[in-house]
Amino acid sequence: MRLALPSPGYRGVSGGFAVAALACLSVADLHVTTLHPLAELTRFLGGLIRPDFPAVEAWGVAYTVAFAVLGVGLGAGAGLLIAIPFARSRGVRLACAALRSVHELFWALLLMQVFGLSATTGVLAIALPYAGICAKVYSEIIEEADLSALRVLPPGTGAASAFAYARLPDVAGRFADYTLYRLECGLRSSLVLGFIGLPTMGFTLESAFRQGRYAEAGALLLVFYGLIGSRRLWVRRWSVPLLLAGAVLALPPAIGHAEVGPSLVRFLTHDIVPAPLRTGEGTLPALWAWFRPILTGQILPGTAQTLVLAQIALVATALGALLLFPLTARRFAGPVGRPFGRVLLVAVRSTPDYMLAYLCLQLLGPSMLPAIIALSLHNAGIVGTLMGQHADAIPYRADAPRGMNLYAYETLPRLYGQFLALLLYRWELILRESAIFGILGVTTLGFYVDAAISELRLDVAVVLIASTALLTVAVDALSRRLRRSLRINDLPVRLSGPPAVARGEAVGA
Amino acid sequence: MIGIGRIARLAGGLLAAGLALAGPAWAQAKPPLVFTGIPDQDESRLVERFGKVAQYLEGKLGVPVRYVPVKSYPAAVTAFTNGQVQLAWFGGFTGVQARKAVPGSQAIAQGAEDAAFRFYLIANAATGLPRSADFPKAIAGKTFTFGARASTSGRLMPEYTIRQNFPGETPEQVFSRVGFSGDHSRTIQLVQSGAFEVGAVDYSVWDLDSKGGKVDPKAVSVIWESPPFPDYQWTVRADVDKTYGEGFTDRLRAALVDVTDPAILEPFGRSKFIPVSNAAYAPLIEVGKATGLLD
Repeated sequence: MRLALPSPGYRGVSGGFAVAALACLSVADLHVTTLHPLAELTRFLGGLIRPDFPAVEAWGVAYTVAFAVLGVGLGAGAGLLIAIPFARSRGVRLACAALRSVHELFWALLLMQVFGLSATTGVLAIALPYAGICAKVYSEIIEEADLSALRVLPPGTGAASAFAYARLPDVAGRFADYTLYRLECGLRSSLVLGFIGLPTMGFTLESAFRQGRYAEAGALLLVFYGLIGSRRLWVRRWSVPLLLAGAVLALPPAIGHAEVGPSLVRFLTHDIVPAPLRTGEGTLPALWAWFRPILTGQILPGTAQTLVLAQIALVATALGALLLFPLTARRFAGPVGRPFGRVLLVAVRSTPDYMLAYLCLQLLGPSMLPAIIALSLHNAGIVGTLMGQHADAIPYRADAPRGMNLYAYETLPRLYGQFLALLLYRWELILRESAIFGILGVTTLGFYVDAAISELRLDVAVVLIASTALLTVAVDALSRRLRRSLRINDLPVRLSGPPAVARGEAVGA
Repeated sequence: MIGIGRIARLAGGLLAAGLALAGPAWAQAKPPLVFTGIPDQDESRLVERFGKVAQYLEGKLGVPVRYVPVKSYPAAVTAFTNGQVQLAWFGGFTGVQARKAVPGSQAIAQGAEDAAFRFYLIANAATGLPRSADFPKAIAGKTFTFGARASTSGRLMPEYTIRQNFPGETPEQVFSRVGFSGDHSRTIQLVQSGAFEVGAVDYSVWDLDSKGGKVDPKAVSVIWESPPFPDYQWTVRADVDKTYGEGFTDRLRAALVDVTDPAILEPFGRSKFIPVSNAAYAPLIEVGKATGLLD
């Protein structure tokens, strides 16, 4: 690929990505198929301005929080345990990569086959990928931590004891920061699970959008922003046990019970077994004859479309972030503009991108354009927020220039490595989302997964989901290699924020 | 060690709690009969029709009856195959899928109209396509939307008809753009708004939405009516007789056939329910295989 150049610099990587995105634009389907997108948008904004709060069901809100709290609690708990052997065991790392490379929605679609529309499906769909992500991040936090306490332990101390007494006290604060950020993501995931039938706020939100009840949709969205914006108020050290216990109590009662045992057996031994093996023709030619049309008709075109969408969305994110981040930086927005900028970016990034894509698709019709808009808005919000924080942490000279000169000749050049690190880190996340948008009608890999599930061909669906996971892992590896070759692999990229940035932010606030 | 043990216990406890809630807990005398239906049109109408059916069946059968809403056609089939629901209002094709996945399950009743169901091809007025008795080949090259992927009147039969009228071509080759709207009400809206030029829609939903004033006759109209085919039906799992007593399937069928209250039938767009058997849907199995939607 074009990116495998010997050792590209910032300019080479940026240029390469921009050119690739332009090439992708020429093959992307950017058709607007609805005739009155602006009229619909106006009606939707009208709903946001005149929200119908009484229409919001309190139980939907409670279930959304309960799924998120339990899913993140389970995922983070498991992630913490897995983080201990993570750095040493390749097998564990691979298992975690597999867990997190499958999107929550795909997990939910698979889990639904066995557990039905139940709390278990909702909680596990969040917990499984989050366990993989948390294990990796916790392990990274441990790697970055201070080792002096560990060095003075007596020889023969067990791994778990060493971790609990010499490591945990040092890293607990950052674990807590990251876990709180995961809870924010968990709330978004929980909302989105409603779009496929779980009883969270997404369930009514989808119905409201679909039938054009925008006042109700606006109210639901505002309540959701309130939940995310106030998370630091209700997630406290003392409130965590209460939240966990409350979440268990608040889980929705399942209406009817799936036969978990028989369904699991059928799922594993029949449904996901490739069709030729099931019918007893397990020969290689038979398997190939089954697999070839899936490869040529679904995996390859789906992968191409997924990469095209992710590439355009990534570069659009980059441009968006460059435009947006001055809004949240003190030097550019000033004391009056900055709070507005921050609220705007928090709102943009709190909107789950799947929901944003759903909304854009309703407004513009099924092409790549709404998916690009959704992905780049959401991610530009995140990258812009982080860049703003970094811009505020830069020590400027007293006689530093102002305005465009400061932006173009000092701030941006000093932050450019950081900027690329953030974008390359988000590449994998954007790709994962690009694949899932297929469920909404864009012809990425998720489109074919949706078709396979509609035709009850779960064996095909699993092959497609595995391809999506492989693609994600490959892009992640490429992104890592690029970051290493640009020497930006040690820069902070996580939204939860390393201590240095947190301090800089505290000074600003 | 203590810290980790505590975390592990907490995690284990949570997992156990989660699993217990989903498991077949509560050894009640009579578990509720749970049913669902494919979400083929506006949700408010679904809630209305299935809420009334639940109430009616509860009174007739003497067991608690609950309705589980789902968001997609395959989710309805999945709920039926994994046993979360025992009864479902399926379309022709989803019923075939469900009965194939759950051996012993039976189609017990259909609407009187479902024995000879039809789909309409509808077109936006801007296309200028006239209504015709013969299949309108002039739709080639237009943009086209199906309903849900697993819909009988919105996908399976239209796709079969298109393949027959344009031999050797897939819908993607016949039309300049092919979409899946998700449900029939949405198909009507999309064609009416011009987002798609032509669409295939369930005739009963078209009639219901026309009566409900949701269709603008100046913007969208029917250009062709399909030949008849079997469609919607109530399908029940084989294990209900074991759970609710011998002969329950027959009582359920009788209860459905006995529905005379127009308040229940109207939201379905049906005049009454009549008994039916699996064999009535055999033609759809052939069509499913011919279009490659069924193995």
